[in-house]
Amino acid sequence: MEWQFFIELVTNGVLTGLMYSLVAVGFVLIYKSTEAINFAQGEFCMIAAIVVAGFIKLHGFPVWAAIGVGLVFMLVFNWGLERIVLRPMIGRPVVAIIMATIGLALMFRGLGPLIFGAETRPIPLPIPDEPIIWGPFFMAPIDLLGAGISLGFMAIFGWFFMKTRKGVAMRAVADSHQVSMAMGINVERYFVLAWMLAGVVALLGGLVWGSAIGVDTQLAALGLKVFPVVILGGLDSILGVIVGGIIIGVVEAISAGYIDPYVGGGTKDFTPYVLMILVLMFRPYGIFGKPIIERI
Amino acid sequence: MFHRESGYFKTSYQADMALFPLPIGKVAVVGLGLLFFVVFPIVMDDYYLTLVNLASIAVVGALGLNILLGYTGQISIGHAAFMSVGAYTAANFAVHFDLPFWINIPAGGLMAAAIGLLVGLPSLRVKGLYLAIATLAAQFIIEWTLNHTPAISGGVQASIEMPRPVIFGKTIASATEMYFFLLPIVVIAILATMNLVRSRIGRAFVAIRDQEIAAEIIGINVYRYKLLAFAISSFYAGVAGVMATYYYGVANYEAFQLPISIDYLAMIIIGGLGSVLGSVFGAIFITLLPFGVRIFMETVGVFFVDGNYLAQVIAQMRLIIFGGLIIFFLVVEPEGLNKLWQNIRNYFRVWPFSY
Repeated sequence: MEWQFFIELVTNGVLTGLMYSLVAVGFVLIYKSTEAINFAQGEFCMIAAIVVAGFIKLHGFPVWAAIGVGLVFMLVFNWGLERIVLRPMIGRPVVAIIMATIGLALMFRGLGPLIFGAETRPIPLPIPDEPIIWGPFFMAPIDLLGAGISLGFMAIFGWFFMKTRKGVAMRAVADSHQVSMAMGINVERYFVLAWMLAGVVALLGGLVWGSAIGVDTQLAALGLKVFPVVILGGLDSILGVIVGGIIIGVVEAISAGYIDPYVGGGTKDFTPYVLMILVLMFRPYGIFGKPIIERI
Repeated sequence: MFHRESGYFKTSYQADMALFPLPIGKVAVVGLGLLFFVVFPIVMDDYYLTLVNLASIAVVGALGLNILLGYTGQISIGHAAFMSVGAYTAANFAVHFDLPFWINIPAGGLMAAAIGLLVGLPSLRVKGLYLAIATLAAQFIIEWTLNHTPAISGGVQASIEMPRPVIFGKTIASATEMYFFLLPIVVIAILATMNLVRSRIGRAFVAIRDQEIAAEIIGINVYRYKLLAFAISSFYAGVAGVMATYYYGVANYEAFQLPISIDYLAMIIIGGLGSVLGSVFGAIFITLLPFGVRIFMETVGVFFVDGNYLAQVIAQMRLIIFGGLIIFFLVVEPEGLNKLWQNIRNYFRVWPFSY
């Protein structure tokens, strides 16, 4: 019985972790190319999910049409954000960018419910509710779908960054703004592209998480899970996001399963951060990150 | 008294660093002292004094964060957690050892400073984003530890009831008495900060903020001063936490969660990074903002919003205005309210000329 419980925890941990990766990859995309730190990634997911759920509920859209509306909304929205808020912040200290995205996050938390109402709504994706039991594994379909979407998109992003012209240009921009400018890359255009891609990822994250736990402002708390994942995996690595996500998911599930009964809950929010502190102490650039040697 | 400067005549470093570069400064300080110690308690009723009390707690906390972020350039998203450390320390001292407030306040500050030193340790290795996330982790870890350690946060729902402070045998109970209890602490905090930042330590902080490598080369022990900045900043936070505990009458970790840390960051961003006056402005501004939003919505907003949803909309409007202001100040006026005040002051200083 004991090992079955363990396997169940690990399976759930891996699936949840992959779903975390989906949220975290937006952060990495932005950090990689623009060096901006986005504290509002969780709120991006939230606002995307609120728009989709709101259009389904308030305007009677079918799910696919609402997702289309959400996609267009996120693209336009993130394009506008980059233009209005983030572009003036280029070259400003880290603190300023962090605070600007925190400000954005707060605004979204107010705006989303103000426009679409504050109650919790479902996103009815056409998938079954009954858990899938396969040998010792025991999985919720939505988790499976989320993990699948996550892996699929990571593969697409991997291909995009390695093989396409735009992807290579984005890596160049990430490496050095000045050199890429000298090579004739329109750096600012790729900043916008990065933010728009992050918007698309946020929509997916919002959909998956929204249908898993329901859509309201609580969804924004996802943003806080992003940091352990990206620090663990390395801030600028797509592969790192997957590995980091899985590790954090498993650690979370195991600690919730084995420690919670003794201390009365809440370890889920706590252990990822302890793990993260350890990583920061001994390997700040994470598992797959590029070590930046900066002597002071 | 009202004279006009005709040029820059300072001949010594002391004169340049003086707290009152102009005689009018002394007049202004006396005027402010009269205003705060005599006029406010007389003309204001309890409701407004409550607001002033809240603001005075925020001023101390904001000063602390500004020493760390504004002067030393080390970001911390865990400021409220240090406040909670101070709060619980003081509450335990007051309840279990029956100690008076003049021991509890520094004790809370010192305990917070010790924890701050611990949290500051990563700052030796990481900076910028990594430090931000490390302090964010500290916020969660401290919060969780307090919540789950009955030895520290005993009682129901991790809260400890705080006995009221007693001065010369008199128990502080009403808003006016609380006002006179908190205000001297604020005055001491402001004076201490003003003197700290123009001392050797303050100059070292600024040097580290502006260019760490250069600071190291001119002989500043960067590690030591960074840790010192963390300790001092956490000390202020701890004191603010104790003040809040005395004010609310209860120590509870829920009063010091992540949103409060963000409030403090917003205070010094909106007030002005690296300025004592800015911290004060920012603290007052952010403390009064929710009340301002509520008054605005209750007078103007009722025409647009269904009355049943008003409370909800006020909470949402507060977030929107709050976030919007942070972004506005960052994009348009990075030096904050302090810069606006300087512009006004400089205008009158050279009036009727433009420079």
